[in-house]
Amino acid sequence: MVATFEPKTDYKVVGTRPIRHDGYDKVTGRAIYGGDMKLPGLIWGVMVRSPHAHANIKSIDTSAAAAMEGVFAVITGADMPKAPSKLVDLGEGNINFKWASNKLMADDKVLYRGHPVAAIAATDRYVAEEAARKVVVEYEVLESVTNVVDALKPDAPIILPDMVGDDLGEDVTNTNMAAHVRHEFGDVEGAFASASHTIEREYNMQMVHQGYIEPHNATATWDEEDRIKIWTSTQGAFPARTQIAGILQVDVSRVKVTPTEIGGGFGGKIPVYLEPIAALLAKKSQRPVKMVMERTAVFETTGPTPGARMVIKLGADANGKLTVATSDIWFEAGANPGAFIGPAAMCIYAPYEIANTRIDGWDVLVNKPKVAPYRAPGSPQVAFAMESAVDELCEEAGWDSFKFRVDNASKEGTRRGDGVLFSKIGMQEVLEAVKECDHWNAPLGDAPEGKVRGRGIANGYWFNIGLKSSANLAVNTDGTVQLTEGSTDIGGSRTSMAMHVAEVLGIGAHDVRPTVGDTESVGYTDVTGGSRTTYATGYACWLAANNLVDVLKDRVAVLWDIKPDDVDFNDGAFTSKAEAAKSIGFKELAGKLDDLGGPATSTGTVDLESAGDGFGTHIADIEIDLATGKSDIIRYTALQDVGTAIHPAYVEGQLQGGAVQGIGWALNEEYYMQDDGKMANSSFLDYRMPTTLDLPFIDTVLVEVPNPLHPYGVRGVGETPICPPVAAIANAIKDAIGTRLYNTPMNAGSILEALK
Amino acid sequence: MATVFLPYALRKYADGAEQVQVPAKTLRELVDNLEAAYPGTREHLVEDDRLKPGLAAIVGHVATRRGLLQKLEPDTEVHFITAISGG
Repeated sequence: MVATFEPKTDYKVVGTRPIRHDGYDKVTGRAIYGGDMKLPGLIWGVMVRSPHAHANIKSIDTSAAAAMEGVFAVITGADMPKAPSKLVDLGEGNINFKWASNKLMADDKVLYRGHPVAAIAATDRYVAEEAARKVVVEYEVLESVTNVVDALKPDAPIILPDMVGDDLGEDVTNTNMAAHVRHEFGDVEGAFASASHTIEREYNMQMVHQGYIEPHNATATWDEEDRIKIWTSTQGAFPARTQIAGILQVDVSRVKVTPTEIGGGFGGKIPVYLEPIAALLAKKSQRPVKMVMERTAVFETTGPTPGARMVIKLGADANGKLTVATSDIWFEAGANPGAFIGPAAMCIYAPYEIANTRIDGWDVLVNKPKVAPYRAPGSPQVAFAMESAVDELCEEAGWDSFKFRVDNASKEGTRRGDGVLFSKIGMQEVLEAVKECDHWNAPLGDAPEGKVRGRGIANGYWFNIGLKSSANLAVNTDGTVQLTEGSTDIGGSRTSMAMHVAEVLGIGAHDVRPTVGDTESVGYTDVTGGSRTTYATGYACWLAANNLVDVLKDRVAVLWDIKPDDVDFNDGAFTSKAEAAKSIGFKELAGKLDDLGGPATSTGTVDLESAGDGFGTHIADIEIDLATGKSDIIRYTALQDVGTAIHPAYVEGQLQGGAVQGIGWALNEEYYMQDDGKMANSSFLDYRMPTTLDLPFIDTVLVEVPNPLHPYGVRGVGETPICPPVAAIANAIKDAIGTRLYNTPMNAGSILEALK
Repeated sequence: MATVFLPYALRKYADGAEQVQVPAKTLRELVDNLEAAYPGTREHLVEDDRLKPGLAAIVGHVATRRGLLQKLEPDTEVHFITAISGG
């Protein structure tokens, strides 16, 4: 039975905005990132990477590199432990260690440009890079495929000849199709036959990168007892440990992962890339090895989000009731299977109640880097298709698209496209908030001469996950509390965790000192991702704090010579049930612990089902220069059901960050691929992400519908805000120029083309 | 009696049915009874006596964290879907 909680409103700490605990370290440069790591005897590791997107490796000669002065170790695919081809549960997601290993170091074939073929450790980076240039690789270059259409042609080159694909439960071989899934409910054919209005459209989205500022890095030691220590920038020390141990084929207890501060991840730092290689170089050289990835390699070899081709068909009755929908979704997986078609299928219809639906999804190999999670993986793509198609259906039928969204909004009892029933959700509340918000009720305003303006709106959905989290507490004698928690802190989560503890104990947020633990100092904790951290790790902190109260009641009982059951705790004070005047505050008690049994500690661990479904709606106003096609977002508002906002500034920041990234997907970002499989824009100069100079302030409206599954009503918030922006902007562009764009990025060139 | 929403790939074992009724007090019983009624379904759902990696069971509204040990309320609906991940 899942525990549920009644919503509260009388919080002391929850809902306030304390300064983040890591703030001073971050702004003064004291915070320790992976690139700052130094150890005695540290040497540098670099990769030798393939210049080809698809090629057989005929030979590798590393002898000249190995003979160079200052070179301590050289490894190739032959040095990689042979992991079995078997899907293993990773907590969040799953992993096939054979493919994961092959992604990090090619065996006899390279599958994407930049695919490592060797690695070198030397006294410093420059010696290592010089040695890397001496490695001689003889390639047999093969034809490459970089989009789903080419990859599925009958004569397409096969990327993984030994892969067995799954076509609706049937094994298929000699294919680039890793999986084909289908969800179908109701009478789809009958509903289309009786629909008054139907449309069918195709939308395409380009592969884009998470664009985190800090590149991947890893420092590793491998000692005489075969114990491996890793310092790395990761979204989850424990899942990283699982991956490293699986790829190296050692027990997890042999691997200790210490997470350093992290300069962005957005899902892209859940997979490991350098860690196992640094460990193998450390083993071979018997020295600590540090590796830091170059930006080009970050783009060319680490987790982008899938490019997609999507065909969607909608049908509605004469009263504007959405009665039927079908969609065919092809996602680029990169060079190994796993393109997030499952989540895409679950998300596509979620904001709407539709009785008859079918979804077909294909996971397709292409000669690009293996995709990785990126904020609501799969959902922004399908939201672009669905929310554009909804506007198009309304345009054709002459309906108001906002009223259509309200009238067809999903609610408790609605089934998602995969058939799962929603419990209490906030889609309708978010749309009600749209009706009331200033932006929606403000006029678009007149465009300057030579420019036009448009407004677009779109919904988005992400399910938000729960999973495992752990936290430890220890009371200091000065009345503060030391918190060690297992979630790496990307967006200020350690302060949110401290606030959970402070609220229970009746102390201030800064009376709790939070630390992110390594894999040997706290219990297993899943990734910081899936919009789960404040929900699940916060829940573990809440549990640990309540357990600490029980421990302290025992101490008060000793102090007053009464039974623990006769001690009450409220608002930071312990009182006697028998003598109401008898009271001691938390801080005063902390100072007496030495005589009451010594250190007071507690733990909290959880394994939770769901962080509550997340719905959002975004409004975008765009201004377009008719002569150049240049577009400017002139006003933008993100509205979302966020449950209870523990630290509202962080929640607002999540909504703003998601919106900004989505705007980048919509207007600028793409993997610009050349015919030979090379990415032409693998630098931040050419891969254009939005900056503060490009954007207005992103307004936010937090719709707080408490989540009954969390003691304070927390709901996952971090991923939903990247789902609506692409469609909201597509709808705004259509409103501005009268022509709809079906492909991203909707950049100046595309707009000019549409204006012809 | 649980209502099982069959993944599309398993419907062929149940004459194309979207959903079937299965008596069960736990998810393990449900998988066993499903296999008894519709042979061939179990291998798609269970591996090494656990739910297959990459698969999640939705019991009622939420993805269970108890695997095959999950107890089922009477008239619960059960879905087997792709395990959810995020970024």
